[in-house]
Amino acid sequence: MLLPKARGELSEALYDALRSETGEVGSLHLQPTDGDDAQIALWAMYELHYAGFEDAGDEMEWHPDVLRLRRRLERDFEAELRARHTATTLDEPFAESLFSFIADHDGPSLAAYVQRKADREQVLELLRHRSIYHLKESDPIAWVVPRLPTAPKAALMELQFDEYGDGDPNRLHAHLFALGLEAAGLRPDLYAYIDDVPVEILELNNAMSLFGLHRRLRAAALGHLAAFEATSSLPSRRMAQGLARLELPPEMIAYYEEHVEADAVHEQLAVRTICGSLVAEEPQLVDDVVFGAFTCLDLEDRYAQRMLDEWAAA
Amino acid sequence: MTEHGFEHPDVIVCPGGPLLLRGEHVVEDADGNTHATQRPVSAVCRCGKSADQPWCDGTHKVLPARDRP
Repeated sequence: MLLPKARGELSEALYDALRSETGEVGSLHLQPTDGDDAQIALWAMYELHYAGFEDAGDEMEWHPDVLRLRRRLERDFEAELRARHTATTLDEPFAESLFSFIADHDGPSLAAYVQRKADREQVLELLRHRSIYHLKESDPIAWVVPRLPTAPKAALMELQFDEYGDGDPNRLHAHLFALGLEAAGLRPDLYAYIDDVPVEILELNNAMSLFGLHRRLRAAALGHLAAFEATSSLPSRRMAQGLARLELPPEMIAYYEEHVEADAVHEQLAVRTICGSLVAEEPQLVDDVVFGAFTCLDLEDRYAQRMLDEWAAA
Repeated sequence: MTEHGFEHPDVIVCPGGPLLLRGEHVVEDADGNTHATQRPVSAVCRCGKSADQPWCDGTHKVLPARDRP
């Protein structure tokens, strides 16, 4: 995998630095050209911690100048995410209250559109966009495991073990998505479509890495997980039905059908045994759980609205 | 935490939602068909409306409160 296309002056300068054969990194003090530029630069720096890039030196993952730029962009991004969120207190009991907070959030539904209206090209576009996350599904939350006390750590691993196929690589969720892409005639290799994705997809992915890579934000990471899982089962059913309507291959349908059943379990675990046990031990983290949950829902809304607007205008 | 460690039940009844089962089990559905669990934790439908019997598919969340288990 090679570095994606630059989207502005800052990402251009960053990639020049990451490709530097000497390991010398010049000035990375430029301001981003726009949101796309900032988000693709941040995404590329995060990616150094996952699979990396063939044209970026391995040493760059921990290069102080790269980390300094990452920190600057993260601060702006986190401030933006927090500005979008209105602090909300949760009543007792915690689990029911968090489920209600998620259920009461009203937003546009891509799954409902796919179920009834989308054409094949629109669904393939959606799958290309979703591939950025689904091909590393559950990896960002894996960073959180060593940052948790005993009970939530065990609870998170109970869920993660299922995400990673219960020990069977053939059932690993990211692998199931790769099989689906391939069967649908799309590229299953990592981030093949990164240059095609809108900024909303970059924000979705970067928020998960931001929460996952900072111990300070561990509760936001788990709140994000809870909202993600709790808004998955029913939409996955609709996605599966839409894909079947459009006669997409069974492998891709199977991916969504797996998530109907798996996420009906995972939402209970994420809310009750994972977030529930964390806030039982550290009640001061409730607000960050809610912040993470809101961010997941809000970023999904922004992506859904963008795609529905684009398709309506076409 | 209990005196000897953490509570870790084999079965969890989720208010308004499914029954969580930890470990390997064989579940017989209402039609007499048996289904083996496939995951570390499985969710058994309690509202009766899941399209994926005997497993939960999240349908309880769209039922009116009085129809939830």
